[in-house]
Amino acid sequence: MTPPLLPMRHAPSALLANGSEQHAIELRNLCVCYHGKRAFRDISLAVPRGEITALIGPSGCGKSSLLQCLNRLTDMIPGCHVEGDVRVEGLNIMDPAQDLLTLRRHVGMLFQRPNPFPLSIRRNIELPLREHGVIRKPELRARIEQVLDDVGLWDEVRDRLDSPALALSGGQQQRLCLARALALAPRVLLMDEPCSALDPLASAKIEELIVRLRGQYTVLIVTHNLGQARRIADHTGFFWTEDGIGRLVEFAPTHTLFNQPQDPRTRAYIRGERG
Amino acid sequence: MDDWLPASGRTRGRTAAADRTAAGAAWMCAVIVTLAFGWIAADLLWHGLSRLTPGFLFEMPQLSGRAGGLASIIVSTLAILAICLAAAVPIGLGAAILLAEYSRSDRRLGRFVRRSLDVLAGVPSIVFGLFGNAFFCVYLGMGFSLLAGGLTLACMVLPLLIRSLEQGLREVPDDWRNAAAALGMSKAATLRSILLPAALPGLVVGLVLGMGRALAETAALLFTSGYVMRMPGSVMDSGRALSIHIFDLSMNVPGGTGNAYGAAVVLLLMLLTVNLLALAIARRWQLTQPGPL
Repeated sequence: MTPPLLPMRHAPSALLANGSEQHAIELRNLCVCYHGKRAFRDISLAVPRGEITALIGPSGCGKSSLLQCLNRLTDMIPGCHVEGDVRVEGLNIMDPAQDLLTLRRHVGMLFQRPNPFPLSIRRNIELPLREHGVIRKPELRARIEQVLDDVGLWDEVRDRLDSPALALSGGQQQRLCLARALALAPRVLLMDEPCSALDPLASAKIEELIVRLRGQYTVLIVTHNLGQARRIADHTGFFWTEDGIGRLVEFAPTHTLFNQPQDPRTRAYIRGERG
Repeated sequence: MDDWLPASGRTRGRTAAADRTAAGAAWMCAVIVTLAFGWIAADLLWHGLSRLTPGFLFEMPQLSGRAGGLASIIVSTLAILAICLAAAVPIGLGAAILLAEYSRSDRRLGRFVRRSLDVLAGVPSIVFGLFGNAFFCVYLGMGFSLLAGGLTLACMVLPLLIRSLEQGLREVPDDWRNAAAALGMSKAATLRSILLPAALPGLVVGLVLGMGRALAETAALLFTSGYVMRMPGSVMDSGRALSIHIFDLSMNVPGGTGNAYGAAVVLLLMLLTVNLLALAIARRWQLTQPGPL
């Protein structure tokens, strides 16, 4: 049996012991099929711990599917089949015995469209916390204030914690979703184009927050905004499709990938000649 | 005018004529539907409204219903409705949750259940009556009783109820299911705290449709709850529902037409009340919970 991920009370920094020294996520020969049709194949990748890693490439080359493998949201998609080896903090998460609720508490996710629940701002953060065993009122209150402050939302909403979260603006909603994910003290944060539904100002705010997460969390972000990848990511992976099947073409430190790309396809894509 | 995209005169004329014909036909249909409802409502109110006094609602029927009021009939109707809902709502909600939330990974099961429901929904109510009589009254020994009637109605209403409750749940956006799953929330907690509250307006609509069908039912009740007019003492007593009372007064009781109209107005008002109540609940709920984005 795989040892379960550590319980809630431990701070993320205390968890860095297991797994390999520098890598929070390791993929080996990962393939995903939808109803027998391959979305991508043979992806091997090691994501450095505590850094921001961006995945870029045209739509439909499997970047989002790859994120969904890491918290096994793929299990919810009918006809989706995953093969290969996925290790998060050294743990084989494809193990059928792996408890999904625990895994997902340690691997948070931010979606393309902000998706706060149709509840109050407070309940949005409280609900998942309660679900993971934080039930004492003072602790809940402290955590809610803490994470809302972390995303710069506390001063904006402190007087209306009990009003509907859906009345917030798009950017505020996305920051609330980030706060909700942070409240569970995850080790890894997956972000699927978190800024693409937002206006430039709200987008810049989210970007700023992501940069501030560096060092505390391992962030894996899918983005279509090359400028964004260039600005915030330490490492960048470039995906491309061949015959409708996604592949990881190149993975390198962001500076290297953008300035001295090894593959001609990468060069063409980042110059805007293809894709 | 500077006509930068001229259409040929012939095409323009033909399109406009077709548009007018289609619009006219749609209007005609709308008018026919409205007229039909208006006619029925006006006829009922014209003949029945004068009967509608407090005494009519609270007195016992006399002379086979020709005179007196509807007290025992209304009590029986409400009792049957309550039994029907008490049985149908939990089962219906459970089945709807299975269909909408759990059959995604097991499509064969979902398809099988859905097809069975569609067949059941098409079965004439008289057949449900016969089944209810054979199963509840005879086999389970309930006899002609409010309980047997309510349970038979529950069987009859279930297909409609399940499909509309399922629809209500399906209308909840997947965004919230994904968000909850990604936060490591269990399926049960997601349902209880997010999906069911979010689906409430749709669920209420389903409930209203089911109640409407139950209130209006006559044939299935003839065989199961019977048509004894006295005040029922318990759920094991036989009792007469409003729809059966109306049928009996207008068909079997000479001189009963007047009170039949009165009873019909009462039934119509009951249905209207249920509808308005449901609408108010759904609207109030939506005011407190603005839609996504």
